[in-house]
Amino acid sequence: MFSDPDLLKFIFGRLTLEAIPYHEPILVATFAAVVIGGIALLGLITYYRFWGALWRDWLTSVDHKKIGIMYVILALVMLLRGFADAIMMRLQQAIAFGGSEGYLPPHHYDQIFTAHGVIMIFFMAMPFVTGLMNFVVPLQIGARDVSFPFLNNFSFWMTTAGAIIIMLSLFVGEFARTGWLAYPPLSGADYSPGVGVDYYIWGLQVAGIGTTLSGINLIATIVKMRAPGMTMMKMPVFTWTSLCTNVLIVATFPVLTATLALLTLDRYAGTNFFTNDLGGDPMMYVNLIWIWGHPEVYILVLPAFGIFSEVVATFCGKRLFGYASMVYATVVITILSYIVWLHHFFTMGSGASVNAFFGITTMIISIPTGAKMFNWLFTMYRGRIRYEVPMLWTVGFMVTFVIGGMTGVLLAVPPADFVLHNSLFLIAHFHNVIIGGVVFGLMAGVYYWFPKAFGFRLDPFWGKMSFWFWLSGFYFAFMPLYVLGLMGVTRRVSQFEDPSLQIWFVIAAFGAFLIALGILSLLVQFVVSFIRREELRDTTGDPWDARTLEWSTASPPPDYNFAFTPVVHDQDSWWDMKKRGHSRPLAGFKPIHMPKNTGTGVILGALSVAFAFGMIWYIWWLACLSFAAMVAIAIGHTFNYDRDFYIPADVVTATEGKRTEMLASEV
Amino acid sequence: MSMHAPSHEDAFEAHHGHSHGHDAGHGTLKSYITGFVLSVILTAIPFWLVMADVLDSPVLTAVIIMALGAVQIVVHMIFFLHMNTRSEGGWTMMALIFTIVLVAITLSGSLWVMHHLDVNMMPMSPEMMRNMP
Repeated sequence: MFSDPDLLKFIFGRLTLEAIPYHEPILVATFAAVVIGGIALLGLITYYRFWGALWRDWLTSVDHKKIGIMYVILALVMLLRGFADAIMMRLQQAIAFGGSEGYLPPHHYDQIFTAHGVIMIFFMAMPFVTGLMNFVVPLQIGARDVSFPFLNNFSFWMTTAGAIIIMLSLFVGEFARTGWLAYPPLSGADYSPGVGVDYYIWGLQVAGIGTTLSGINLIATIVKMRAPGMTMMKMPVFTWTSLCTNVLIVATFPVLTATLALLTLDRYAGTNFFTNDLGGDPMMYVNLIWIWGHPEVYILVLPAFGIFSEVVATFCGKRLFGYASMVYATVVITILSYIVWLHHFFTMGSGASVNAFFGITTMIISIPTGAKMFNWLFTMYRGRIRYEVPMLWTVGFMVTFVIGGMTGVLLAVPPADFVLHNSLFLIAHFHNVIIGGVVFGLMAGVYYWFPKAFGFRLDPFWGKMSFWFWLSGFYFAFMPLYVLGLMGVTRRVSQFEDPSLQIWFVIAAFGAFLIALGILSLLVQFVVSFIRREELRDTTGDPWDARTLEWSTASPPPDYNFAFTPVVHDQDSWWDMKKRGHSRPLAGFKPIHMPKNTGTGVILGALSVAFAFGMIWYIWWLACLSFAAMVAIAIGHTFNYDRDFYIPADVVTATEGKRTEMLASEV
Repeated sequence: MSMHAPSHEDAFEAHHGHSHGHDAGHGTLKSYITGFVLSVILTAIPFWLVMADVLDSPVLTAVIIMALGAVQIVVHMIFFLHMNTRSEGGWTMMALIFTIVLVAITLSGSLWVMHHLDVNMMPMSPEMMRNMP
């Protein structure tokens, strides 16, 4: 029966045993490690009888705090994967000199740099940013959850489904060999006939749904659910930057979705949007993808700016300098980020007027960013600065990001870009702003809000280790790339002829090794902090003497966040409440209306993995079946009227009573 | 709802921000019918223009159809989506303006860029193209 090729083709599409890379020792070893780690994890969950709690309290949760934490966990897992790719590339480039081919054949190396970019942007930075916004924004605006709690859970599972699809490509088939934006014609059916680009397309499409929906959700939350008294100009800066980021997400992700859909049609249906012949235009793809791609950069960095603003104000014990200018700078960046996209392809062949226009807009966008930098500096000026770990990340960011910003302005000059385009100078530049800006911000944010999420602080020693390894590692890893780029070395090359270049790559590999120690310190920090959690316990709910509303509730916050919705009188509302001798209400609690958990998000996420897998491998019955099931379940869920419940008043009273005891034990 | 709590409205408002009486109304029968009739007329005219070959110039026909399509969008927004300057405290109008600005930037920018490319990068005449090696 199984010898019938037509039947096999019907059941498995183009999936054959050949697609399993058992002849690649690196992948087999990775697979073995993943299996052993996976079994150990599942075993631990079974041993501690955690399955029930995992399903009830986490996977099906619609609580914005838990979803936020799950997003960050996803991001950290994907950080490890993306970094593994990075260190493999650094190692390859450090040894592949003078005839040596290194240890990675080109077709494997090409998959690795593609996967590194895709994973770091879409599945590390994006979930990390979304996770922090999810956790912090409702608490900062005094809300009990986001506007659409189920949608939030669904968004998370779509993002995770996208990550799973990308990860599957490691062991089943291959990944794209096109670079992280999959430019046609290379990514078209003619030049990439395999499944790699299809994994890329479907992974991003599925995750993109999650990202867009979570953007809509957070905009609605910020616009509609602010505590009474919190006008727009009294919103914390992090909430402001989150709002702008989500506006960018909602406005630009549809462009990405549409562009990838056109590429999908080219690959699946034989259309000619981006082909070389029959009237297709590959340059249109480049144009469209950067209309999404440039705002994406600001989607990532704006929340990081928000985090730094909160951290600087808190650890300098001062109101943020120039709040209004900070807000206007954020809004100006949001709008300007739409009219700079062409600076990613100055060399494509536009005329002088187009290149000059986009070069100038690019230089203009550095002005509001520079204004923010001065705001942070002036906040620090004559402040009582406490160099806790988040503040270290902030200062590290300020120095590093300014260097990255300056090289960015260099690249914004079209004639200079003609020399530097696609060189390692560019690679150094965007890692400089993304690591120095986004990653440093996220690290500061994790350290800053960790006590709020878990009720104990992170261990400062390992936090400082992590910071110094990351910072020094960053400079060792990327400053040599600036030098190499100026010498004309291009990106995405797996072997080199000129032996005089090798020393720079060796230095860069050393830097990557230091960053590896930084990541390791981060993980050690989590373990050590968990072991020492009683010493690091935060009983006050306000461990940093901070200024915004999330610190007015317990650490970790109760399910309902605030027993009573706070009333806001000032931009630093919690600081203002502390100064005016605010006292917690101790009685008169009412039942609290809450949304109920649901497993629909997990099921839809799982089905979309199946759907994508069917589409990638041409297993049409699987794709049709899982798509039909998705639609049916989504419609079925709309008939689920059992969506809410009340937390009874005596439960609220008991929870708040415990907090009162905890606060009393503190003094 | 299994448990009816005394402070239902209060908790509901605080929790969801979900409005029972939001200021964007759902429209009246009259406004829906007005919208429907207008849409039908605006759809019928293009069909008539094409099927009855009313105008000699196809370019003019296409332009008129595009213009009527744009008018149709506005009709839908006003009568079916209840777009006005007051609903949701002006947020819907702001979102609309923002969207229009971005769409305008995207379309005009793309056309500008692609036109430049065409002029600069496609210097060859069809004859030269055909005789390429």
